[in-house]
Amino acid sequence: MNRASFHRNRSQFRLGFWLLLAPIVLWLSLLIILPHVDMVLVSLRERIASRQYGFSLDNYTAFFTEPLYWNTFVRTAVMSIIATLMTLIIAFPVSFYIAKVLSGRPKIALFILCLIPFWVSELVRTYGWMILLRETGLISGALQWLGLAGQPVELLYNDVAIMIGLIYTSMLFMVVPLVTTLDSLDNSLIEAGYDLGGNGWQVMTNIVIPHAMPGIMSGCIVVFMLTLGNYLTPTLLGGKDSLWFTEQIYTQFITRFNWEQGAAFGILLLILSSLIVWLGLKLTKQSFTRVMS
Amino acid sequence: MRSLRYFKKLAVIGAVASAVSFSAQAETLRLLTWGGYAPQDVVEQFEQETGVTVKITLSNNEDMISKLRATRGAGFDLAQPSQDRIVSAQADFNIYKPMDLSKIDTAKIIPSMLAATQKNTEFEGEVYGVPHVWGTSGLIVNRSTASTVKDYTDLCDDSLQGSVSYRLKRPTLIGFAFALGEDPFAAYDNPDQYQAILDKVETRLIECKSNVKAYWSGGDALLNLVRSGEVSAAMAWDAGGWKLNAENPDIRFVAPASGALGWIDTFVLPRKTKAEDAAYRWINFVMQPEIAARITESAGNFTAAQGSDEFVNDTLKTQFKESFPQAALDNINWYPPVPAGLEEMEGKVLDRVKAAN
Repeated sequence: MNRASFHRNRSQFRLGFWLLLAPIVLWLSLLIILPHVDMVLVSLRERIASRQYGFSLDNYTAFFTEPLYWNTFVRTAVMSIIATLMTLIIAFPVSFYIAKVLSGRPKIALFILCLIPFWVSELVRTYGWMILLRETGLISGALQWLGLAGQPVELLYNDVAIMIGLIYTSMLFMVVPLVTTLDSLDNSLIEAGYDLGGNGWQVMTNIVIPHAMPGIMSGCIVVFMLTLGNYLTPTLLGGKDSLWFTEQIYTQFITRFNWEQGAAFGILLLILSSLIVWLGLKLTKQSFTRVMS
Repeated sequence: MRSLRYFKKLAVIGAVASAVSFSAQAETLRLLTWGGYAPQDVVEQFEQETGVTVKITLSNNEDMISKLRATRGAGFDLAQPSQDRIVSAQADFNIYKPMDLSKIDTAKIIPSMLAATQKNTEFEGEVYGVPHVWGTSGLIVNRSTASTVKDYTDLCDDSLQGSVSYRLKRPTLIGFAFALGEDPFAAYDNPDQYQAILDKVETRLIECKSNVKAYWSGGDALLNLVRSGEVSAAMAWDAGGWKLNAENPDIRFVAPASGALGWIDTFVLPRKTKAEDAAYRWINFVMQPEIAARITESAGNFTAAQGSDEFVNDTLKTQFKESFPQAALDNINWYPPVPAGLEEMEGKVLDRVKAAN
């Protein structure tokens, strides 16, 4: 296309730009913004009698006055943070190995190995863990066969099982951003670090980790949000004590028919989780735009 | 061969044509129901006979109400909530349409059940429900490991540490209330009294928590827990117990001493049903004794269809008689309609039980 025709087509180009933008704008406004506005409105009303609703802030005060809801949220947030950190600790060496040690075919092969579990649905993966961990399951059977346990061991329905499930589900979302940022680190910088007399630890903390920080943070944000918003894994693996905030929202909406309370919880989850992410960015002195670019 | 296929096609077209001419444009019947209530062979026969395609969505009481509430009564043509959950849902959310009983072949339905459902699903002078399948909740007990369990509260016995399961839903609250010597149904209209009963149940359920292996939510998950021996006593539906009994004679459904909890699942029309005629035809179709017996064999529960017992296999009849001697049958506590607002009180109790340590 030459310059003249470009100018001639400028108005067309603008139109094209808006047309291209339209799907995302529609998507955001119709599926994200509008429902959230509606959620806010629903959360601000209260059932007075059948088919009668009035304005009320009770749904929000209930969250702060009923220790049960507050505790559930704190528990969910703390466990999500722990899960995020554990995922990071496990995923970092893996990503480093993939990005810096391997090259060519083995690199791709290992990367695909990380991806493969995500070809089956989350539900199937969770059931897989249930088969392994339950009292009559594989691990319990193996322990008995080896003589390490005298009777069936219940490994399911506790917080450790939830943790395992959450970390397993989140691995990929940590590995991908880490591999990408570590890939962009010039190997000569690492070599220079050693040439200048640094040991492995110093090179890691002064060169690799600062460079990988945006990747670490974006991975952490994604994993944290996914974990906090997870419903299946905590419910299925956690059993009778599996208090999870999303489960609380689901219960309010579906089994209690209390949309007002559920909507308030949904909005609170959105606000509080954004707050936690913002705090995390502040503490690590990262800017959101840099992390997301 | 080809001519046969041609003939079949013709027959189907003919059936469709007659269906279309008979009922304006009822091509698909979107049925919101429970697992086992619309077995494949029954659906196929109905489709053959009427030309109406049946689309099935499996659900449960809360899910049905939530789904219909979200669409204000659209998306389905026929639903099957329990009779006690209809009036409050209708009062709060206006999701159903009154039944036209003149379009239903009421002679095929057991009169006492029809009358009971009619009474319990009446709202502002209109009837909303017709009975279909009925059954009870009680106890599934593995006699080799938990022979002491005779009532709901026996689930809290010290000998059953970590090997008990029940649902964190309203039937558990009601069952425990009866076993604790209360009558929650009598207190339905008295919130203060009902709250007092709930408080009592709450304390008991929290004490009992260490006995619980897991709170079950899906029927299949529970059956697996009992089948594998991980759970030796559970509060559950009779049909599940009979199913397990067929596999392992040690496992039985026991009607609790304080009475099994009786429910009747109904047919109701969602407010924006698009295939009303097909819906009525489905109801009349499944109420034929022979068809109803096939549903009983698939669901494990008996239906409100007059005379269908004769067609049911003997195993199920024997199991039923074993679990329900006449005294236990008379002792069943049938759910009355739940007044609106009660479920919010129950919800708070269930939340606290779940959160307790």
